[in-house]
Amino acid sequence: MSLTLEHVSRAVDGQTWIDDASLSFEPGSFNVLLGRTLSGKTSLMRLMAGLDKPDSGRILMNGKDVTQTAVRHRNVSMVYQQFINYPSMTVFENIASPLRQAGESREVIHSRVHETAKMLRIERFLQRYPLELSGGQQQRTAMARALVKDAELILFDEPLVNLDYKLREELRQEMRELFEARHTIAIYATTEPNEALALGGTTTILHEGRIVQSGKTPEVYHQPKTVLAAELFSEPPINLMPGRIDGNEVSFANFVHFPLNVDLRKVGDGQFRFGVRPSHLSLVPSNDDDLELAVTVELAEISGSETFLHVRNEHFSLVLHLPGVHAYDVDAAIRVYIPTHKLFVFDEQGRLIQAPGLRMARVA
Amino acid sequence: MAEIRLQNLAHSYSSAPSGPDDYAIREMSHIWEQGGAYALLGPSGCGKSTLLNIISGLLSPSEGQVMFDSKVVNDLTPEKRNIAQVFQFPVVYDTMTVYDNLAFPLRNQGMDEKRIQAKVQEIAEVLDLQAVLKNKAKNLSADEKQKVSMGRGLVRDDVSAILFDEPLTVIDPHLKWKLRRKLKQIHEQFNITMVYVTHDQLEASTFADKIAVMYGGQIVQFGTPRELFEKPSHTFVGYFIGSPGMNLIEVTPQDGGVGFGDIHLPLSKGLQRKLAGTEWSSLKVGIRPEFIHVWDGPYDDAMCADVTYVEDLGTYKILTLNLAGQSLKVRLQEDKPVPQGQAWISFPGQWLMLYADEYLLQADSDSEVPHA
Amino acid sequence: MRKVQNNKAWWLVLPVFLLVAFSAIIPMMTVVNYSLQDIFDQSNRYFVGTDWFRQVLQDPRLHDSLLRQFIYSGCVLLIEIPLGIAIALTMPTKGRWSSLCLIVMTIPLLIPFNVVGTIWQIFGRADIGLMGYALNKVGISYNYAANASDAWVTVLVIDVWHWTSLVALLCYSGLRAIPDVYYQAARIDRASGWAVFRHIQLPKMKSVLLIAVMLRFMDSFMIYTEPFVLTGGGPGNSTTFLSQTLTTMALGQFDLGPAAAFSLVYFLIILLVSWVFYTAMTHGEKN
Repeated sequence: MSLTLEHVSRAVDGQTWIDDASLSFEPGSFNVLLGRTLSGKTSLMRLMAGLDKPDSGRILMNGKDVTQTAVRHRNVSMVYQQFINYPSMTVFENIASPLRQAGESREVIHSRVHETAKMLRIERFLQRYPLELSGGQQQRTAMARALVKDAELILFDEPLVNLDYKLREELRQEMRELFEARHTIAIYATTEPNEALALGGTTTILHEGRIVQSGKTPEVYHQPKTVLAAELFSEPPINLMPGRIDGNEVSFANFVHFPLNVDLRKVGDGQFRFGVRPSHLSLVPSNDDDLELAVTVELAEISGSETFLHVRNEHFSLVLHLPGVHAYDVDAAIRVYIPTHKLFVFDEQGRLIQAPGLRMARVA
Repeated sequence: MAEIRLQNLAHSYSSAPSGPDDYAIREMSHIWEQGGAYALLGPSGCGKSTLLNIISGLLSPSEGQVMFDSKVVNDLTPEKRNIAQVFQFPVVYDTMTVYDNLAFPLRNQGMDEKRIQAKVQEIAEVLDLQAVLKNKAKNLSADEKQKVSMGRGLVRDDVSAILFDEPLTVIDPHLKWKLRRKLKQIHEQFNITMVYVTHDQLEASTFADKIAVMYGGQIVQFGTPRELFEKPSHTFVGYFIGSPGMNLIEVTPQDGGVGFGDIHLPLSKGLQRKLAGTEWSSLKVGIRPEFIHVWDGPYDDAMCADVTYVEDLGTYKILTLNLAGQSLKVRLQEDKPVPQGQAWISFPGQWLMLYADEYLLQADSDSEVPHA
Repeated sequence: MRKVQNNKAWWLVLPVFLLVAFSAIIPMMTVVNYSLQDIFDQSNRYFVGTDWFRQVLQDPRLHDSLLRQFIYSGCVLLIEIPLGIAIALTMPTKGRWSSLCLIVMTIPLLIPFNVVGTIWQIFGRADIGLMGYALNKVGISYNYAANASDAWVTVLVIDVWHWTSLVALLCYSGLRAIPDVYYQAARIDRASGWAVFRHIQLPKMKSVLLIAVMLRFMDSFMIYTEPFVLTGGGPGNSTTFLSQTLTTMALGQFDLGPAAAFSLVYFLIILLVSWVFYTAMTHGEKN
């Protein structure tokens, strides 16, 4: 079953919550809605579910206009941030509740509940009450309840945000496996770019109620159409430097100059904003045409396997994402290298002119 | 400044504990040295919030002692312990402005207004709150409210330690950076002992000089982020730190090393000797996804594994491999070529860890274990 | 959570609507009718416009009652609200004592109004009442039937006894809703008990207190049964409050016109003062 939104808008009390959103989802796909808090993810999901009605535009499920249909008649499930379960019912009863509502027979209920519980690894808790379980188990119960209905559309509103970091990793992997062989459309809202990358499928970036970009996750990541998309879909945030191309030379903030290389030659003259990912900067030159910058260290954030180095000079600040441990003191003077073939070029309005080509052939 | 010492500390919520399961914190002795930035890292339910509340005085331990600078403080209330605590949910006094919020602890101490003003201005500058000093506290955003909470702790002269209980939970990811940076700057500037409780290993490692990893009510390892990463002394540390966690494989002893399936992994002589002299009921090897070496093509001593899944995470890729029936994850940098179908891998000796009954086995003499 | 818009809800509301119309709105309209006309019986009706209103508003008896009523309601609020808050602060929050406490607090609220009046009437009698007798025995001269200030004090005490629990229970529920973290943070900030009350508890009880104040004001402004059973409005006029004056006018003297006019004025006074309370207590929220 497919889901399409056509020019959907919704305003509340004079404030626009969703602005002209048009999206379409394929059956059996896993789709991520990425955006900051209050960017419109929850509002959009509520419109898709039918909990709210749009002020304008249409919503189509399987080609049928369901904009006016109440949520009860749409085949939808939703999983929330707070693990919502019926506290006075056992886990079994919780998972069975949508089936009981639909009037299924006892045998069907029994087998479906056990099947779903097994998939989510909570089979041994079926006779316990939700409040006796840990956070992760409660959330799995809520997910089981959403999945058992075999709805055509399942919406996840930041469901892992209240869980342990490690638990989140595990559940993310399980979710990916769960949805591999199904025909449902899964839509998952999150604020973390890394989660979007880990879950794959398609990603739609939202900002202030508007869709910034939508497409297959690797594409949106590697080819952001605007500066905003690049900023929102990157953690740590992408480094941006204003600059210009003049004839054969590129200069950043009138201070760093380097000759045009093969890739940038196609761009033409003008004022641009250049972007480079934190993970592409390094402390040693790896190519002949790498750009050297003298900077001072603001802060070195060291994690076990990687370091986030915040540096600056008098013109701009940069963040480097380096593998390994690099302990630098504050105000240490170092040099960093920017690979010029990995530069993103955005025009002054923020549109992408050029994204770096990839040197390695991608795996299918 | 305070050196915080925990002596034979244990805590049970039930009045008559019968076994280890009744204890939220199992017996431990630990020292947090003055001026350090520490993290208490562990999954939910491991006892870290309980430990934090015991240190701050909000909870009294059922056994053992808490000492500040060699003085037993078990019976001292939080008010008397010179501790500041920042909670998960930003706590601000709604009726007051930001200025009054920051001034509140000082006014309670009876400080005169001139000094209060100087102090509040100083802290507001450090926390970038000058612009909102006159605003009512309840209208601020979540991260600003957290800064106000932190500010109330910093503004006091007599604070010997600041305890943070997962303070960045409600903050937007793109702002977490800024607050983490702030915390580090504050630590460098004020040199107060800081203990930071979290379940996020990245947060713990970027904040702390040393991390105490908690599991099942015990501190299983206390070390720098690098030590925890390169030499986890417990399988839980290997699993919990690093994304993805350490690969752990059950093995059996063989001649010259250990093995599983049809794979043989050689061990150094010292380690073999140590293994022979140890009693164990479960034996595992661990190697981190970052340290598994992937060759470009077939290689003499390399093992052949099937590639079952490739995840593209932008800056790196994660490969899921099948080696003799065991699932392994390998982390590849963005530019590295991704093997198709089959991969040739090896486990460098210095990164292959041996665990007997979940604890790290190390050869007795250091020279046997090569260093990076 | 916003509800899906459809019109089915109106059908469910219709029976209630009809009931309210029958028992409240239509009688109210009758009152308005009577206030604008001089009605002897069905065939003798004269439209008198605002005559009744003018008469009623100039009646000195009414002015006295109104003044007494305001003083009474004022005293009730001044005593019951702080007392209720104080009780709520000291009520236990956990364990079986808290359940017991809640039950005990609810008991006065369940007693019918005229039973309350009767209890106190006997309790306070100088000759056979436990309290009256004991007070007189220790030397305090106390006689609510003869002494106006004794009557006032007694009527106030009855109301406090009867209704403070309501304020206490409302405040108790408001206090329970405050997350523990606030108290913990206050301890760490070394806040005194008073500071905790002023900066945490009181602000967070605001919405609950609003309900308590409005309920107690409206109820006390309309009070009838208890003072009537206790003193019948005496001695003299000292405990004759507005509702009693109104009833006397309407049922005792059959001056339906003025009574109707006065009912409306009464209603409007309550509305106005309630609105003032509401605005005063919520204006802070608008910022």
